[in-house]
Amino acid sequence: MYGMLFSIKSFVNRISPVDLKDGFSSFKTSKYKCNLYETPSGLKFIMNTDLNVGNIREILHRLYYTVYVEYVVKNPLCKLGQPIKSDLFKTKLDEFVRELPIFPLRAN
Amino acid sequence: MTIFSVFIVNRAGGLIYQYDHNIPRVEIEKTFSYPLELTLRLLDDRVVVSFGQRDGVKVGHTVLGINGINSSGRQLEDGREILEVIADEENYPIAVKFGRPKLTVNEKIMLASMFHSLFAIGSQLSPEPRSSGIEILETDGFKLYCHQTLTGIKFIVLADLRQGAIDILLRKLYEVYADFALKNPFYSIDMPIRCELFDQNLQAAMEQAERTGISNV
Repeated sequence: MYGMLFSIKSFVNRISPVDLKDGFSSFKTSKYKCNLYETPSGLKFIMNTDLNVGNIREILHRLYYTVYVEYVVKNPLCKLGQPIKSDLFKTKLDEFVRELPIFPLRAN
Repeated sequence: MTIFSVFIVNRAGGLIYQYDHNIPRVEIEKTFSYPLELTLRLLDDRVVVSFGQRDGVKVGHTVLGINGINSSGRQLEDGREILEVIADEENYPIAVKFGRPKLTVNEKIMLASMFHSLFAIGSQLSPEPRSSGIEILETDGFKLYCHQTLTGIKFIVLADLRQGAIDILLRKLYEVYADFALKNPFYSIDMPIRCELFDQNLQAAMEQAERTGISNV
C-alpha cells in the first residue's frame, strides 16, 4: 500500500496541469474509497471507507492531533518510526472511529 | 468548469490517444538581481526550483527561459548552460521565466502506463471482493476519471474539480471510439489512433460536456 500511494503521489505531481497545494487526497473504485492525509512531517494517515463519504481530510487531521499526538508522540515508551504497540492508542483510536458520523451502526 | 485532457490506454497499458483540451499555462517571468533567492537543481534534464518561493514561483517550477531565450533541457537555445548563466554575476539583472513544464510525448506515454498499473493495484487493495480499478482519483487541484470498458480499453479524463457529468462524457467517448476508430477499416486495434473524424467528434463531445456539465459542488 505504501508503494502504491508513493507512486500515486508522484504520478499526480507529474500529470497535474495546475500547481497543487496538498496533492493527492483520495481515490475511489467501485467498492471502496481510499483517503490519504499526509502531515508536514511525512506521516501518512490512510483510511479505507465506503463510497459515499465526502472529504474526510478534517477527520484525519483531527485523528492526528487528538489521538496520534496525545497517545503516541507524548508516550515516552513509543519510539517514533517503529510499529505502534500501545494498547491505549488502539483503544482510543477505536473509540474515535466509532464516534465518527460516517461510522454506521450495521443492522445485522 | 474545464476539462484539461483525455488519455486513451489500450489493453496492454500503452497510450493510443492523447488530447490536451484546455491546459492552463502557468508561466511567470520576473527580473531578478544577484544573488537569486531560489535554489535550482537539475532534475531529469530540466532545471527545477528545489527550494524557495517568491512572487508566484513555487517549488517544482522549471526554468522556461532567460532574457527572452527559451530553454531546451538544461541549456538555453543558444547553447549556454542555464545553471552557469544564473550563477554568473555579470548577467544580472536577469529576467527568468518560470513555470510548469509541458509534458513531452514520452512522459505522457510513461504516465499512461503508470496509471494502467496503479489502476490494477487499486482493485487488488480493495477490502471488499471483486472491486474495479481506480475510477476517480481526487486531488485538490483536479480530478482524474477513468472508465474501463469490457474490452480493457481505459478512457481517462482530467478535469477541474467543479466539472460534472464526466461519467456521461466517458461513455460518449467510448461511443465515439466505437463509431470512428473501430469501424474505420484503416485502423488496427490497440494501435495509436490517427483518424480525423475521431478527433473531430471527440473534441465536439468534450466541448458539449464542458458547456452542459457545470455543477455547483
